[in-house]
Amino acid sequence: MTNADRNRLKDKAFQFFGIFCTFIGLAVLAVFLIDILIDGIGRIDWEFLNNLPSRRAHRSGIYTAWIGTLWILLLTTIIAFPLGIGAGVYLEEYGKKSRMATILEINIANLAGVPSIIYGLLGLEIFVRLMALGGSLLAGALTLSLLILPIVIVTTREAIKAVPRSIRDGSFALGASKWQTVWYQVLPASFGGILTGVILALSRAVGEAAPLIVIGALAYVPFAPASPMDEFTVLPIQIFNWISRPQAAFTTNAAAAIIVLLVITFILNGIAVYLRHKWQKRIKW
Amino acid sequence: MKLTEKIIEGLLWLSAAITILVTVGIIWVLLSESVAFFSEVSVIEFFTDTEWTPLFDVKRFGILPLLAGTFLTTAIAIAVALPIGLTIAIYLNEYADASFRAVIKPLLEILATIPTVVYGFFALTVVTPFLQQLIPGLAGFNALSAGMVMGIMIIPMISSLSEDAISAVPKSLREAAYGMGATRLQTAFGVMVPAASSGILVSIILAISRAVGETMIVAIAAGQQPRLTLNPLVPVETMTTYIVQVSLGDVPHGSLEYRTIFAVGITLFIFTFALNNISFWIKKKYQEKYD
Amino acid sequence: MSKKKNKLEAIDLNAYYGDFLALKNINVSMEENLVTAFIGPSGCGKSTFLRTLNRMNDYVDGFRVQGQILLDEQDIYRKEVQVDELRKQVGMVFQKPNPFPKTIYENVIYGLKIQGISDKTLLQETAEKTLRQTTLWDEVKDKLHKSALALSGGQQQRLCIARALAISPSVVLMDEPTSALDPISTAKIEELIYELKKNYTIIIVTHNMQQAARVSDHTAFFYMGELVEFAKTKTLFTSPKETRTQNYITGRFG
Repeated sequence: MTNADRNRLKDKAFQFFGIFCTFIGLAVLAVFLIDILIDGIGRIDWEFLNNLPSRRAHRSGIYTAWIGTLWILLLTTIIAFPLGIGAGVYLEEYGKKSRMATILEINIANLAGVPSIIYGLLGLEIFVRLMALGGSLLAGALTLSLLILPIVIVTTREAIKAVPRSIRDGSFALGASKWQTVWYQVLPASFGGILTGVILALSRAVGEAAPLIVIGALAYVPFAPASPMDEFTVLPIQIFNWISRPQAAFTTNAAAAIIVLLVITFILNGIAVYLRHKWQKRIKW
Repeated sequence: MKLTEKIIEGLLWLSAAITILVTVGIIWVLLSESVAFFSEVSVIEFFTDTEWTPLFDVKRFGILPLLAGTFLTTAIAIAVALPIGLTIAIYLNEYADASFRAVIKPLLEILATIPTVVYGFFALTVVTPFLQQLIPGLAGFNALSAGMVMGIMIIPMISSLSEDAISAVPKSLREAAYGMGATRLQTAFGVMVPAASSGILVSIILAISRAVGETMIVAIAAGQQPRLTLNPLVPVETMTTYIVQVSLGDVPHGSLEYRTIFAVGITLFIFTFALNNISFWIKKKYQEKYD
Repeated sequence: MSKKKNKLEAIDLNAYYGDFLALKNINVSMEENLVTAFIGPSGCGKSTFLRTLNRMNDYVDGFRVQGQILLDEQDIYRKEVQVDELRKQVGMVFQKPNPFPKTIYENVIYGLKIQGISDKTLLQETAEKTLRQTTLWDEVKDKLHKSALALSGGQQQRLCIARALAISPSVVLMDEPTSALDPISTAKIEELIYELKKNYTIIIVTHNMQQAARVSDHTAFFYMGELVEFAKTKTLFTSPKETRTQNYITGRFG
């Protein structure tokens, strides 16, 4: 075998290894989803969705958990959406090139890399204790809002950056002020991108357990929360709690709850992908 | 009219400035509680004692076992994610055609969107029993299975960041290598990967930072036993798991036990902060090189 | 030169991008209800000068001017001048058509809307009037509420002109308005300019010397940030005083 033959052989071998690597992650994903489906799908019924948690696995449900998750989603959106967009607009349209903007930029990049459990410690001291919110939905939502804020800001900036300069010029030339230009032109034109980012950030928040455990969200909450000041649990914490128990029936519960959590996550991601696609098609500069 | 503009600009500025407050808040919270902690426990003991038993009657405050647990699970995760992720990046860039890339990349991204508690479940109920058949002495909680699953989660992070780095290498370099009769493999490893090395390094560092801070997978599957060991087959405890463990318990606020989570938290924070900033620094240098 | 009133006047104007002197001591008057063209090679400062006339460069980092620009004998760079008020008097049309990604109707009334005008009849009347002025009415009257991005390039540019006219400026600045258009659309815009000068003072930057010759009354030739020559268009093109002007219009450079 000549040297060139050997090289060609190695080249082919790597190609197969590449295909193997590309698919191994997906294969694991598939095995995993199938395993969960087999374990959990039979457990999902109306009662499972509507029952309160219980000591006995077969009577336990995820009612409090998914209500808690929806509350957290809602409150986090209300808090993180305006803050994140406001910060993104400021950095992209107002504070450009100022010293402050450079500091903010580095700071936001750093925040994005802070482990989520550290946000839990922040929430524990500031929201739970200092602001005396206790282990309430509001404390949880505030904590998660800070956690996803960097993502919302970064995607907002990306979306705003994609709006061409000429649109701003056109608006300014008609006597529009800076804010009018932002409000009437820049934000509507970048809204699809911003929304995509916000939803992706929310799908991240939906799956978070660690920071909420730290602020004291409880696995066992006897009633579904009815106001932002109520104690709560969320699906990931409920799942964690069930996984931690030795009995097989609770593992089945965990698998069933995971299916529900994954459905919520995939729906959110699906909406984000759809929006991105639709927006890209609609606006061609 | 002018006034409204000013007010709005002020509000926007405020929402941006909140991010500074968050950073200040994190540092303040971690510092103030750990200063109180270190007034009772010496820093030397913290970093040299080989046992971590703050919740026992005989309290020992050596963080080394938690660092070992964190190091072990992170090392296993990177050992899984790096070869696979980098190979995917090279394969997609040098071998695969555009339509294949367009299908595969979003599919791989799914791996990154799955909640970590779900990965923990997978590690504990699927991977560990499977590995136990291959490795008889494997404990029910162990660093190996948690680390491997964490590695799978991190694959898309390494593959997409590395792919960006490789595709940023000027095309002319690749064509030059082809022009000299190099195979795709030789081009990839001889030209493209070295040229993209700093970007690949950034992806690895960020992946490490992510693994160090990952909580739920290790809390579920690696166990809660602080142990100064590099044996992947036995239960260990990471820094993050310890914080979860204390949070789930009934530790009174203001006690020394309560403060341990902030001492551990600030250690974790310093690690990830350093890793992230090293990666920013490399990224900046590397961008300058290409301009 | 004619005896019309000076609408705009630059006096000892210098402009800088950072340390770079982009406009050197410009003195020129633009008369009311005439078309003044700025010509010159790329980078000669003609667009920069145009953009100082409605202070579009205010948002460019490091840009500053010295000297005065008078609009109706008032310096537009005075402290108390509100830029948005100035731009209502001095409209602008850009090189590439830049309709907003909204409906045709919303594009035309945008300038009025941001002034807080919400009277429906007034908005509709203005829209129709300006679309008629720009000869676009018959082409778009049935799709006023369709996206402006669906129009052809030439239609988009006329829409942008209509949009500028809707806030009743007295001056319209045009920055190479036909450079992105085909010859037929270009001809339409040129006809339009001819019509518009009855009511507006028009200042147009153009790369195309034939266009300057066709549409303008006066022409200013810029070169390397200087105003080399300013004269009646006919005079400038037939008997330029400066050699540099002559070289440029005979195609020796640029």
